[in-house]
Amino acid sequence: MNLDFSPDELAFRDEARAWLAANVPAEPLPSMDTADGFAAHQQWERRLADERWSVVSWPEEFGGRGASLVEWVIFEEEYYRAGAPGRVSQNGIFLLAPIIFDHGTADQQQRWLPSMATGETIWAQAWSEPEAGSDLASLRSTATQVAGGWLLNGQKTWSSRAAYAHQGFGLFRSDPAAERHRGLTYFCFPLDADGVTVRPIAQLDGEAGFAELFFDDVFVPDADVLGDPGDGWRVAMSTAGNERGLSLRSPGRFCATADRLLDLYASVLEPVERTSSSAAVVDAWLRAEAYRLYTWGTVTQLAGGGDIGAAGSVNKVWWSELDVALHETALGLLGAEAEVASSWTDGYLFSLSGPIYAGTNEIQRNIVAERILGLPREVRG
Amino acid sequence: MKFTLTDEQSGFARSLDDLLSRADSVAANRAWAAGDHEPGLKLWSRLADLGVGGGGRGAPPPGKRTPGGGGRPPRAHLRGPGWVSGGGPPAPPPPTPVEIGIAFEAIGRHVVPGPWIESAAYLPLARTDVDLTESRTTVAMPYAVDADVADEVYALVDGELHTATAERRVTSIDPSRHLFTVTAGEPVAHGDLDAAYDLAVLATAAQLLGAGERVLADSVAYVKQRTQFGRAIGSYQAIKHQLADARIALDFARPLVFGAALELTPRSVSAAKLQAAEAANLAARVGLQVHGAIGYTEEYDLSRWLLRIRALQSAWGTASFHRERLLASLLADQSLSPSK
Repeated sequence: MNLDFSPDELAFRDEARAWLAANVPAEPLPSMDTADGFAAHQQWERRLADERWSVVSWPEEFGGRGASLVEWVIFEEEYYRAGAPGRVSQNGIFLLAPIIFDHGTADQQQRWLPSMATGETIWAQAWSEPEAGSDLASLRSTATQVAGGWLLNGQKTWSSRAAYAHQGFGLFRSDPAAERHRGLTYFCFPLDADGVTVRPIAQLDGEAGFAELFFDDVFVPDADVLGDPGDGWRVAMSTAGNERGLSLRSPGRFCATADRLLDLYASVLEPVERTSSSAAVVDAWLRAEAYRLYTWGTVTQLAGGGDIGAAGSVNKVWWSELDVALHETALGLLGAEAEVASSWTDGYLFSLSGPIYAGTNEIQRNIVAERILGLPREVRG
Repeated sequence: MKFTLTDEQSGFARSLDDLLSRADSVAANRAWAAGDHEPGLKLWSRLADLGVGGGGRGAPPPGKRTPGGGGRPPRAHLRGPGWVSGGGPPAPPPPTPVEIGIAFEAIGRHVVPGPWIESAAYLPLARTDVDLTESRTTVAMPYAVDADVADEVYALVDGELHTATAERRVTSIDPSRHLFTVTAGEPVAHGDLDAAYDLAVLATAAQLLGAGERVLADSVAYVKQRTQFGRAIGSYQAIKHQLADARIALDFARPLVFGAALELTPRSVSAAKLQAAEAANLAARVGLQVHGAIGYTEEYDLSRWLLRIRALQSAWGTASFHRERLLASLLADQSLSPSK
């Protein structure tokens, strides 16, 4: 048992740290959920990609460095410690790309991955529907087979980044006779295709971080089906596994926030706020530290050929509640200034979505109880 | 980077668990609470023989420990018996902090009675000048646990280690911990008392982790077989989510405990104690709640862990103390940071 990095890993860390120190924009970029901010974040992705820092864990032929899982976690830690911008390409590079690597054809990999790595093409997910949230398998949007492809109809919602993104990916019911997890197919489609209507939805912060998508006989060629028709649920669950698991939420972001929380604590001179917040500051810091160490345990298991499985749900509840706690504690320290818009209020509003997206924490607790503790399944209606 | 137990370390954990599962440690705990130390002392020598430290027949003289020494070669004796007999293979080195973590998790899981933290974690580092391996020892922090069965009793006076004499018995919330006030005697030579304290805190955290794990496991087993309204109560979401939260809290206490075993700094052991205490307390509260009234009885064994967990919350540093210490250490680092 040890927590020591190899000389190669240390060299990788130093290289990443030096590059980030020299290249991270001094001023924060505008919100990625505005037209200007979206473009600025795309430019930043281009800059990362030029030096092959945008997708370090991908193979070199697709713009990565073939970095190991340990190196990827190291990179993430350095990335957030350097205060680098949020990743506008996140849904593509972390959620969709693993599916394309596992299930995509060589043609699909060539067509989609390089432009995803450079940030030229930004991808948005299309999972939820108005009547299919936590119960995703009840989705009703349809795909009807026609010559050379499929026609998509229906409605998707809460599609992150879709207001400005270029491509979408999601599940549609391709076999109307099949029920729930069967008869679903995984499609990739341009958001400017004929028949697609994107209606941006302003989030709690007033910006269009997600959108509703309406499909009216949208033609998608067979070449843009990911995996086999009818096999979409199985294909998608590897995305869900990733989204709920390690890859989306490396500890870097939370550790960096915990460090900034300490900075804030040290700068607060109001004795009342300091005294009443000090326990919360310590607890938030140690929960971030626990997450960092827990991740090294997970990385060790994955490197040894294990998989995350239902432990991804343990993970998700922890980081999402940690993120809220970090920001609530910071706002507590700010006293009367907490109301004034700042990076802390931005982060706070963003943190509030964590317990909801990527599988609500109620669903995650069910998974922990049923798959890890082995409790009887809920009676389902 | 390999943050899981090695095969040898897992083997050590298994051998402790096997021994304690067979030994009826709960009966030993109950006897100890009632004043009959015999079964607990038997358990004591068997654990000590496995290398937990604190008075085994073949236990080694205390050597210089190396904090963070997770990389030491495997302990040959764990693979087979024989090293304890005279003239056999050389005695094993003292346990590493990781092995202390493993041993105390088992002690917590099986609610083993006796002054283990004091004898196996604190005093081997606090007194390096004399051989205490044949002794059961205790130290007043502020009460001396189980001074009535200790060969030697110590106390801290102004940061110095003194001999001490047990005075008055004080009743603990956990009847298997016999507390005593002490009167300090003469000062004695001592080792690194801060390091000794930190190792004791680590041992306490590990014991809380093990106790919490046990309460959760027993509670999960209970809600699977207890039925109400025609269904196992474990199928109700109100029960499931509480147990899931205990599972999650314990899963994030474990890396802090073993991370602290590798690092053994005031900061890391305080973090470990805080999270382990919180997770164990949550497991205890949830465990009691899902058991209902049967869990509230003295007779039902769950009670042994509920009381132990509460006692260890404040032993070896309260939550407030460890939060203070952790915050001071974080802020000290911060003032050294070049960017400030």
